[in-house]
Amino acid sequence: MKPIIEFQHVDKYYGKFHALKDINLTINEGEVVSIVGPSGSGKSTLIRTMNGLEGINGGKLIVNGYDLADKKTNINKIRKDVGMVFQHFNLYENHTVLGNIELAPRVVLHRSKKENDEIAMDLLEKVGLENKAHMFPRNLSGGQQQRVAIARSLAMKPKVILFDEPTSALDPEMIQDVLDVMKLVAEQGITMVVVTHEMGFAREVANRLIFFDQGHVLEDRKPEEFFDHPNTERAKEFLSKIITK
Amino acid sequence: MWSLLVNNWQTFLIGFWNTIWCSILALVFSLIIGSGFAILETMPNKFWRGVARVYIEIFRNIPLLVIAMIFYLVIPQFWVKMNGFTAGTIGLTLYTSAFISETVRSGIQSVGDGQMEGARSNGMTYWQAMRYVILPQAFKIVIPPLGNQFVNLIKNSSVLAFVAGFDLMYQGDVIASTTFQTIPTYIIVGIFYLILTLPLSYYMQYLERK
Repeated sequence: MKPIIEFQHVDKYYGKFHALKDINLTINEGEVVSIVGPSGSGKSTLIRTMNGLEGINGGKLIVNGYDLADKKTNINKIRKDVGMVFQHFNLYENHTVLGNIELAPRVVLHRSKKENDEIAMDLLEKVGLENKAHMFPRNLSGGQQQRVAIARSLAMKPKVILFDEPTSALDPEMIQDVLDVMKLVAEQGITMVVVTHEMGFAREVANRLIFFDQGHVLEDRKPEEFFDHPNTERAKEFLSKIITK
Repeated sequence: MWSLLVNNWQTFLIGFWNTIWCSILALVFSLIIGSGFAILETMPNKFWRGVARVYIEIFRNIPLLVIAMIFYLVIPQFWVKMNGFTAGTIGLTLYTSAFISETVRSGIQSVGDGQMEGARSNGMTYWQAMRYVILPQAFKIVIPPLGNQFVNLIKNSSVLAFVAGFDLMYQGDVIASTTFQTIPTYIIVGIFYLILTLPLSYYMQYLERK
């Protein structure tokens, strides 16, 4: 197994607040890793450091062979291969669905119009939105917007896609469509890191689970083991709250 | 009033033409300069933000007349000679650019952070994100306030009268002082300004409704 994301003693502060505490974590190519934990535990901060949206204050963070802490690293090179899907979709409001998918491949990868159209339409078909190609994001439901956002990420042909609470802003009946698309991504062998509250996804699709709390990795195991036999008190407490809810 | 206009139509027309020409030049250049400083002001780099801040605060807080006078009287003494029209137009451009800069900046900042994060995470550089995602949205937002700035700019071009810029106001002063028909002269001058500003105002209201 080849590591693609490596945290070595990573620290991150917001002012005096110690958000990430001495993180040591290796994610290998092709893994589907879900990160769960209570609100405010630093899960989102953790995933946002992986493509440099948040800087780190100490340690080493190597993504796809580049050292993110090194000032000489060109962050755009990393991001070409590391996509991200956000809680609030962040689709470009001034572009159509097709435009959203084609923009970065066109201006960053200089992909030809013909190839770009083919790839984009193929992706839209995969996420079940080929009939929405010429609509603007504001005319789509949340679930549809998120599926477009995943297609937009896939169009760059990334090695890794980071999902930061991809279903948290969705109505319950929209969630399954998005999870189905994520399952499809997982089956293609793309490395996935998913911050989520969807325990079903964490259990069934992910092959590794990280329980994160107060800036620490508390558990890092196979999902079924974690759900059936949590090791730490914090994890037991967290799971009992989720199950009773 | 009609005879006054007929007898002096050439003088009025020169002024009208100079006002239009000055407004177009100042509009184009203040839009370019103002947008440039707006972009600097929203950059992550503190130094460039500071540079933009200083520029904007200086030109926004000095009276237009003073800026025009500096270009008309002070700068020619030490540097290049320029006529009243040039001095006034430069002054008007710099003055207006400071206000346009503030307007465009507020437009850029009203585009949500998520748009920039989305674009950057998609592999685009800061400038690509600005060019293809942020600025098109920002300009759409600021069309109505920019329209107001343009109307103000046309009215403010009357500053040329004080630096011998041969604009509408200057020509009006000349006609008024030679014919002594003060009231009709300035009514005609006012109508000429309305011919320029009213269509612009209505066009902006139309864009706003759209």
